[in-house]
This record gives sequence, structure tokens and C-alpha cells, in this order.
Amino acid sequence: MAGTATMARTGAGGEAAAIVKDALLHALVTLGLSIPIVSYRTDAGQGTGLVLTSRWGEVAILCAAVFGLRLAQQLFLAGRSRHRAKADPSAPAAVSRASALIAPFTLGIALTLPALAALATGGLSESRYWIDLGILILTYVMLGWGLNIVVGLAGLLDLGYVAFYAVGAYSYALLSTVFGLSFWICLPLAGLFAAAFGVLLGFPVLRLRGDYLAIVTLAFGEIIRLVLINWVDFSGGAAGLSSIPRASFFGIPFTAGEGGFAATFGLDFNPMHRVVFLYYLILALALITNLVTLRMRRLPLGRAWEALREDEIACRSLGINTTMTKLTAFALGAMFAGFAGSFFAVRQGFVSPESFNFLESAIILAIVVLGGMGSQIGVAIAAIAMVGGPELLRNLGFLKAVFGEHFDPNEYRLLLFGLAMVAMMVFRPRGLIAEREPSVRLGAAR
Amino acid sequence: MSLATAAGRLAIVEGGPPPAASGPPDDPILIVDHLTMRFGGLTAVNDLSFKVGRGDITALIGPNGAGKTTVFNCITGFYKPSEGMIRLCQAGGETYLLERLPGHDVNRIARVARTFQNIRLFPRMTVLENLLVAMHKPLMQASGFSLAGILGLAGYRNAQAAAIEKARAWLDRIDLTARADDDAGDLPYGDQRRLEIARAMCTDPVLLCLDEPAAGLNPKESSELNRLLRQIRDEHGTTVLLIEHDMSVVMQISDRIVVLDYGLKIADGTPDAIRTDTRVIAAYLGVDDSEVEAVEAEVGLTGTQA
Repeated sequence: MAGTATMARTGAGGEAAAIVKDALLHALVTLGLSIPIVSYRTDAGQGTGLVLTSRWGEVAILCAAVFGLRLAQQLFLAGRSRHRAKADPSAPAAVSRASALIAPFTLGIALTLPALAALATGGLSESRYWIDLGILILTYVMLGWGLNIVVGLAGLLDLGYVAFYAVGAYSYALLSTVFGLSFWICLPLAGLFAAAFGVLLGFPVLRLRGDYLAIVTLAFGEIIRLVLINWVDFSGGAAGLSSIPRASFFGIPFTAGEGGFAATFGLDFNPMHRVVFLYYLILALALITNLVTLRMRRLPLGRAWEALREDEIACRSLGINTTMTKLTAFALGAMFAGFAGSFFAVRQGFVSPESFNFLESAIILAIVVLGGMGSQIGVAIAAIAMVGGPELLRNLGFLKAVFGEHFDPNEYRLLLFGLAMVAMMVFRPRGLIAEREPSVRLGAAR
Repeated sequence: MSLATAAGRLAIVEGGPPPAASGPPDDPILIVDHLTMRFGGLTAVNDLSFKVGRGDITALIGPNGAGKTTVFNCITGFYKPSEGMIRLCQAGGETYLLERLPGHDVNRIARVARTFQNIRLFPRMTVLENLLVAMHKPLMQASGFSLAGILGLAGYRNAQAAAIEKARAWLDRIDLTARADDDAGDLPYGDQRRLEIARAMCTDPVLLCLDEPAAGLNPKESSELNRLLRQIRDEHGTTVLLIEHDMSVVMQISDRIVVLDYGLKIADGTPDAIRTDTRVIAAYLGVDDSEVEAVEAEVGLTGTQA
């Protein structure tokens, strides 16, 4: 009895020693790496030569940070493995309960964001930054939800999703500038055009699978962008299309004078009215995307998408037309990208091929993968993290106090993205919300 | 015996009257006619003809690599045969040429369902969802190709409730009701096999093709499977065609057995007849070296193969 206790104690002590040793080793490696990279900085001197500035303080901070982080990580992992050993069957239930609470909470915040921002910053005009950020995030949430249909539900890896976004944006830009159509007519048209492009691309390529499909969709995205750059007569080339008509409140323009939004509703004119309207517009569009996706999951077509993701051959043996099923997923996903694209055009008032490069596709795909394939709330959280995160970085003034005046957190954006991805793959390889909610339950049907 | 089989084979070719003991079925649901399947230089199935009687349980047996699964893949539309015809005659009189239908229409229109040698469930969907996916065609029509379903019209809700009832009936039969809301991939192996059969049956097939349904099952599970297959045949009037190595299953439940070896049919008849057929025994157990040539000549292997 006493023997076991001693053994347990020495075991714990040995573990602690090993953790400290491991952290020290990491700090040592950091030191070795930072001597050539960090310890001296070359600045242009008064003359022509360079001046060496030593930065041993920073090296010490780096090593200490690595030591501390590694220590914390190892202690956390050790604690977790001990926790796991006790076996905790309630954990998944707790996770799903938490995610059930997150959804209404997030929705509540989203619905009241303009009011909250105005209250927090002390005025509607001052809250512009936050509402603009909200619009940006919601655009990506909508794109993420749209792509989730294709990648998360139907399991078709689409690397060129931004192409449909571009089709939507240019549809609105061209239809409104050339034919003078209003936004509310262009919005469904843009969706239809994008869906048509989805079908057009889908027909030849949907017999491909996995990596091959990814390559072809990637190429398709680039083709659309290059056509937009080079077909100058049609799309204005690299200069893009400008002076696209702004959104109106169902026909009432957001102008200062007579017949404007403010005058009609007896308000004082404020340019923020339009921004708030745009915010609620994209919120409504995103929620429609979400609603349709949630409904589709419970319909035979949505179930067929998921079945297709699981096993295409079994689907075929059950009489499901796999080509048509894939096409519907592709077209529906493209349609929502088209809606989002025309919203993008009406908000910016300017479109150019620059906005539709591969990085956009990659970010949208990263949002879907990080969120957990097929999980709606996971995608929303991932979009907030991926788009809101860099903005948050921009505002972290105290980092300058730590790393010096010249430190610009934005330069480290991609580095942090990379770290976040690695962390995700290690801790939650199936995405933030990996649990799949069944589309139907026998218990509930009783 | 071998003479009788040869006569039977002739009868299929000429469509003449069947000889008594092991002749072809009177009312065939499936007629495989001169089926040949080549993969490059390899002839996996060579001029195979047989009939499957309506309401029978027919077993397709043979040593490994005999071409059984290839025949299945041809029947269920996964391969397009190099030569030959596969005719399915439904009770209503409609006849379909299976080799001409697109893959998914073999199930959707001709109503031939199948299972797979290595189980192909939808592992990350629940047991109930697996069965509902199989009822895609009626549910899709009820949901107005999703338009009525998106709007939540009552017609679709009723159709889904009916589909769930049907799924529940099958779950009760295969004893999986308690696990209906668990992921199919989490089920034990034997349960997955039964679920795959139930899923195939949910498509309302007239012909059910089972590729080694008893593989990996223990004796108790095998006898349960026998009961399930008989039930399927007797209560649903579904004809069963199965590939199987487990002779306890094959001999007990089959009405008729077709034996393949190297892509050729070497015997076709009742279980009792097959049990004593010398060529079948030779194909499974081998023969003395001195007899090899004689047997190969009899089977018709020399020249075409090896």
C-alpha cells in the first residue's frame, strides 16, 4: 500500500521533471534559432553603412515565452489525459448542449448588433466601424454556409467557389449599369446566373472525384477571373466596373433631400441608415441561406447529398441519380454565392477582378473546414474567427508595448492563421463542431 | 448428372422445354443470356447463361475468382457487359434490358436491389437515415423535387411519416429499433450486414442480389440470416439471388444453385444435385494430376483459358 503510494508520487514527480526538461529543450532550440534571426537587427546608419542593433531582450522574451507556452501545453495535455483516463461519457452531451446555446446567443447578437454598437460607441456614426465589420463577417458567413452545401453536405471539394461569387457581383454590376435594373430584380437574377454557371461547370466535371474535382474547380475559378481581366469590352478589364447604383430601401433612396429615406420616415438624415440597412440585408440573406440548408438536410435531396458524401456507389445501387444530385448541390451552393456576390457589388459600388482571387476561395473553404464540415453554427463561429480575428489583431495596441513601436500585428496575420490551422488539426481534426445532428430521429417521430 | 446439366444448358440456349430435375425455371424473373465480360485480355465471365425463377432463392457459388461478383456487377448496372443480354421480367409483364439501363435506373426503374461484399452503409448517418435514403424515389416525388418540401407542405410530412413507419417495420424485423438513432458505422458487423439488407429491401425490389451476406457471421447469425431471407421471399415476394461461400446457408435456403468456375458455368440445379456433381467437387476440391486434362476438357477450359 505504502509502496504504491510512493511509486505514484515518484511517477508524478518524474512526469513533472520530464515536462520541465522538455520545455527547457524547446527554449534552447528557440535560443539557437533566434540568435541568427532575432538577436541583431541591421539598420541603415547615418552614412552608407549598416548599424547593428542588439536585441537580446527580445530573444530572452521569446525563449521565456516558448518555455512558458510549452510548459502550459504539456501540463494541459497531461491533465487532460489523466482526465480522459477517468472516462467522461457526458462530454459529448455537454458539447452539444453548449452548441445548442451558442446558436440563439449568436443570432441575438447578430440581430441587435447595430443597436449594441451604437450604444457602446456612443452614437450611430461612431459605430460605423463595427457595423461594417459585421457586414464583412456576415458576407463570409453566408459564403461559408453556401459552400457548406457543396463541401460539407455533398462532399464535393470545390476550390473555385469564388467564381460564382464573381458571377453574382458582375451580374448585378452589369445589369444595373447597362440595363438600369434595380437591385431587387438583379438579386434573383444574379443567383440564377451563378446557379447556371454552377450547372455549366458541373455537367462535365462532376464525374470526377476528390482531388481531380478540386483541381478542375480551381482552374474554373481562375478562368472566370482571367476572363474578367481580359475581356475589357465586357467587364471593364482589370480596372473593374465603378459607379454601380447603391441599394435603395425597396425603392426609396438613401439620400438627404426630398423623397429620401430619412425624409420619408421623418428621421434626421444620416449616411449610416444605408449601412444599417445593408447590415440587415446581408443578415437576412445569410439567414435565408441557413434556413434553406437546414430544411434541405431534412428533405430526401439533402439526405441524398450526405449519402453521396458517405458512399457514392451505395447511392447508385439505391437508385439515386448521382450526377443530378451532385448538380443540384453545386447549383444551390453557386446560387447563394451569386446572392452574396450581388450584395458585395451593391455594397462596394465597385467591382474588379482583384476581389475574386484564389485567396478568397481558400478563406471560404478554410471557414467551412475549420467550422466542421456540415455544421452550420461551426461555420458561423469559424467565419467570425477567420474574418474578425485579423481585425481584432489590428486593435491590440498593447502588443506594441511588448514588441516595440514598430510592431505591426497585421504583418503576422498569415502566421497566426497557420498556427490556428495547426492547432485545429491537432485538437479538433474534424472541425470546431464535429458532432453531426441526425436529420430525423425515430424517438421524435413517435 | 452432368448429362442432365448439359441438357439444361442447351435448353436455355434454345429456349426449349425444361428437363424434369434440374431444368431452368418455368417463370424466370431474370434471364442472363450469353453474358461475357472482358477486362482487357482477361475474360472474367465467359458466355454465361442462366435463369432465376420468380420467387426462388437462387445461389451463385464458385471458388474465389470465379467471376461471381462480376456477374453481380453486370446485373446491377455497375459494369457494362462486353457481350450478352440480361433481361428482367417483372410480374406485370414489363421487360427491361438491364445492360442498357444507366446504373441508377437498374434500381429505380427495373427495381433490382443489391448489397455489397464489403459493406457499403453510410457510416456517418444514423441507421434510420440509411433506410430513408433508400426510399429516395417516393420521398422525392412527395417533396415535389424539394420545392414543396422547402415550404413544408403537409403532403411531404405525411410521406415522410409513412417512410419512417416502413423503416421502423424493417428495424423491428432486423432487431435494430433500439439503435435507430445511432450512426450506422458504430454498429457491430453482423448488425451492419442485416441493416444493408434492410436498406436494399426499402427500395421495394423485385429482385434482391446479395453479395456474400453471411461473410463474417457466426453460426447463430447465419441461421438468423436464413430466416430473414426466407421471410423476404415469402412475405414480400421478392426473388433472391445470392453469392455465398457458406455452404450451410447455401444448401439450406437455396431453391436452385448455379456454379461458376473461371467465368464458366459448370453446373446449374437443385442443391441435392449440386452436392453430388463431380465437376463441382473437382472445382472446389481439385482432382488428381492424372485427371486434370480430362476434367479440363470436360469443363471446356482448354483453349479458352490458362
